[in-house]
Amino acid sequence: MTATAVDHEIGRDRRRKEDQRLITGRTRWTDNIVLPGMLHLAMVRSPFAHANIASIDTSEAQQAPNVIAVLTGADFGDELGVCINAWPITPDQVTPVHSPMPSDRVSFAGEIVAVVVARSAAEARDAAELVEVEYDELPAALDLKEAAADSVLAHPDLGTNKSALWVFDSGEAGTGGNVEDAIGKARADGIVIEREYRQQRLIPAFMEPRSVVVDPTGEQLVMYSATQIPHILRFALAATTGVPESKIRVIAPDVGGGFGGKLQVTPEEWIAWAVGRRVGKPVKYTETRSESLMSGHHGRDQWQKLTLAAEKDGTVTGLKVELLADLGAYVAIVGGGVPVLGAFMFNAIYKFPAYHFACQTVLTNKTWTDAYRGAGRPEATYAIERLMDELAAEVGVDPLEVREKNWIKHEEFPFTTVAGLEYDSGNYEAATAKARQMFGYDELRAEQMARRASGDPVQLGIGVSTFTEMCGLAPSRVLGQLDYGAGGWEYASVRMLATGKVEVTTGASAHGQGHETAFSQIVADRLGVAFEDVEVLHGDTAVAHKGLDTYGSRSLAVGGEALVRAADKVVEKAKPIAAHLLEASVEDIDFAGGRFSVRGTDQGMAIGEIATAVFAAHNLPDGVEPSLDSDATYDPVNFSFPHGTHLCAIEVDTETGALKMRKYVCVDDVGNIINPLIVSGQVHGGLVQGIAQALWEEAVYDDSGTLVSGSFVDYLLPTAADTISFDIDHTTSPATTHSLGVKGVGEAGTIASTPAVVNAVVDALRQYGVHDIQMPCTPERVWRAIQGGGAGGSTEGAAMPHFDPSEPGQDSTEGAGA
Amino acid sequence: MTRISLTVDGATVADDVEPRMLLVQYLRERLGKTGTVIGCDTSNCGACTVHLDGQSVKSCNVLAVQADGATVTTIEGLAQNGTLHPVQEAFRECHGLQCGFCTPGMIMQSVDLLNNNPSPSEEEIRLGLEGNLCRCTGYHNIVRAVQHAAAQGSSTAGATS
Repeated sequence: MTATAVDHEIGRDRRRKEDQRLITGRTRWTDNIVLPGMLHLAMVRSPFAHANIASIDTSEAQQAPNVIAVLTGADFGDELGVCINAWPITPDQVTPVHSPMPSDRVSFAGEIVAVVVARSAAEARDAAELVEVEYDELPAALDLKEAAADSVLAHPDLGTNKSALWVFDSGEAGTGGNVEDAIGKARADGIVIEREYRQQRLIPAFMEPRSVVVDPTGEQLVMYSATQIPHILRFALAATTGVPESKIRVIAPDVGGGFGGKLQVTPEEWIAWAVGRRVGKPVKYTETRSESLMSGHHGRDQWQKLTLAAEKDGTVTGLKVELLADLGAYVAIVGGGVPVLGAFMFNAIYKFPAYHFACQTVLTNKTWTDAYRGAGRPEATYAIERLMDELAAEVGVDPLEVREKNWIKHEEFPFTTVAGLEYDSGNYEAATAKARQMFGYDELRAEQMARRASGDPVQLGIGVSTFTEMCGLAPSRVLGQLDYGAGGWEYASVRMLATGKVEVTTGASAHGQGHETAFSQIVADRLGVAFEDVEVLHGDTAVAHKGLDTYGSRSLAVGGEALVRAADKVVEKAKPIAAHLLEASVEDIDFAGGRFSVRGTDQGMAIGEIATAVFAAHNLPDGVEPSLDSDATYDPVNFSFPHGTHLCAIEVDTETGALKMRKYVCVDDVGNIINPLIVSGQVHGGLVQGIAQALWEEAVYDDSGTLVSGSFVDYLLPTAADTISFDIDHTTSPATTHSLGVKGVGEAGTIASTPAVVNAVVDALRQYGVHDIQMPCTPERVWRAIQGGGAGGSTEGAAMPHFDPSEPGQDSTEGAGA
Repeated sequence: MTRISLTVDGATVADDVEPRMLLVQYLRERLGKTGTVIGCDTSNCGACTVHLDGQSVKSCNVLAVQADGATVTTIEGLAQNGTLHPVQEAFRECHGLQCGFCTPGMIMQSVDLLNNNPSPSEEEIRLGLEGNLCRCTGYHNIVRAVQHAAAQGSSTAGATS
């Protein structure tokens, strides 16, 4: 029996299909998988950030109980493969070869030098401690600015740490004017804001540690991996290890979070692949949390040098962005592409007439960096939203007023930005008005004034962030122009089963997002079948044979649209069959609510009945194939551009530096909403990750290049007790470039919240002459800023209102808002 | 090797274990109770939370031999006769989970919290879950779920161990 379809699934707050197995522990995490004869791996990792490997003595480890093999890089040839960079951002990018297990030199603390294969994980770990490695330590390139000056080389053979310089200039691109002209004019008779902001290094810190199982038995070699990207992983294994793609099956079973951190092809996967092939038995490797924090890729880590030019009334005339971005020891799969994604977002929701962006990516002897929730866009949003607050302070107006003066008005869409993107829809006025009202903006401003007037030791700060982002990665043609190594399409198929159930496959690969639920809602509406009758299959290259996986808030905007098109093809294939069975002509067949009917009659058949008839195939029109199954590959024609207004109130104890978040309101426009429950969850979680960058998290290295925040004792993930409940709502301007009108929501909260929080802290302290506090805004930094006052109370060089005039390319700062 | 015998999710089990084996390893590797997961190695994350004689513990912080003679309830033993525990229902109802990796521990801790305090304030809920990390939800809907379960009177509705 099939369940009954309701009128509209899209827009309903359906409870998730995924939850039953997750709340009862009936889960299939990679580490849960046990196969006959399976062996376990333990990695031997370098304690040094940079060293030559003098020797590796594995003899004692080989003798340990139940150890099958101890292998080093020298024991493998080309079959070990390499970890790839898929996005060389310039033709002359300097890219070190990234062996999964180098045999000559290690380039960061945590790099793997040997692998132990044993019958149990505990025995493998015990034996790993018996591997004797002699290192000759080398000087390590650790500080980003010093590394950019090539004072110490991360890879001596390359001769430089500078990997690539990527530049966009609106004057040259023809999308705007010359930024130097704008800055020159502003120095003469306007306002120039010059700042340098630090994007500290963060760790994605998904809750499920990465795990990989390789099963070399059978004709296809199978890799199970806790990954966001099973399809890309399969391609990269084939491309680098000599195994034909058709002989590789990759499965991402239940995956416990990613946030970009599992958008990677890892040394651990490649080593497990090579070892599994070598020993001919299934092997498993599951990292410890410490290994995860030390060797899984990190995110952010930029210095941002910013120059904003404006007229005296606050009308922005130009923005110049100069970034240093730390790649870590290797150029990861997206690597330098992360800051490049940000290049299109510094101008945000504003009509800037001139824009210049330059990013220098730099190699260091730290853990490699790559995508972390937002990937380039949080960094850009932070910079511009902090600058707009600084501009408002300089002009002497409310931060919302200076934004409104510069933002794109709702009647001006579609709008081509100074970075060359066409924003299809949005309404910044509507989102802001709603957020103001929910927040009680005027009342809180009044309270702030009262506390200032009374000299209250607890001051109130109000932070604003009016963000946008580019989602739905990505039009393949654009990726091609940017030299990315793949396209940005997505794949879906719809299979009509004989029993009337519908099986959907998608090339997107969920790891907590709720695709099984949201995609079921889309198909249920499109085919007029019951939500319960739709089964969504994903994360297995033998089931969804192609796809480009899940990241960049793309699954719904790109993968969802592919699904719509596949479902529509099913309907088109069913029509002539329905006409035949109903003894009518195709032109007289209508399809609505899951039913094919003959116009003007009460004759009709449900789509499930057609599916059963097609399965039997006893009575089909001549020449019609007995199948309704259809697939579609959708390549987006544009990005989508969610936006929103976020408002944050923070109480600052000026005597201790302690911060207390009092209220957080956001009104996001993410286009049409398929499932409001899932959307709200994405916003909540995104907010906390962005707030955590502002207040708590940082990957800290010591002077020798050791990650000292290498456990959850030291890396400060927020807890329930650190966070508050949020007030969230939406406005809706549907995306116009595809039928669903969705924009993507996975990264919005993280992108928007970081500047809202820091703006609130600085807003509370501006009266003490504070212009910046370096993230994370710890109580100590806040307290020191209050004590220091003056030019920002800078902590560790964070607030730099004046550039060093001796540095090339930097002018003096007359008229700067510092 | 040390002989232990205990009751796990209603079944009596007995095994020889290494003295160093953690309870969570015993549950996962020897009993196949893979619903209980390992998220860290410093007892910070709480993903491995189970009930030991009716009290929540981080099973990475208990040796298997310490559980000798005890009664252990994991996420897999929480539902009774096919009926979900009200806290499990509340997590689904309130969308208190996304990737679901922290969820077993979070639910077991929430059950314990409500057993000790059937009508907690939001602050008491937040403090009571402080030892369990979640990276997906921002805790907002987890707090809602515990409030929802409390309103349903969960502490009397389901046996926990």
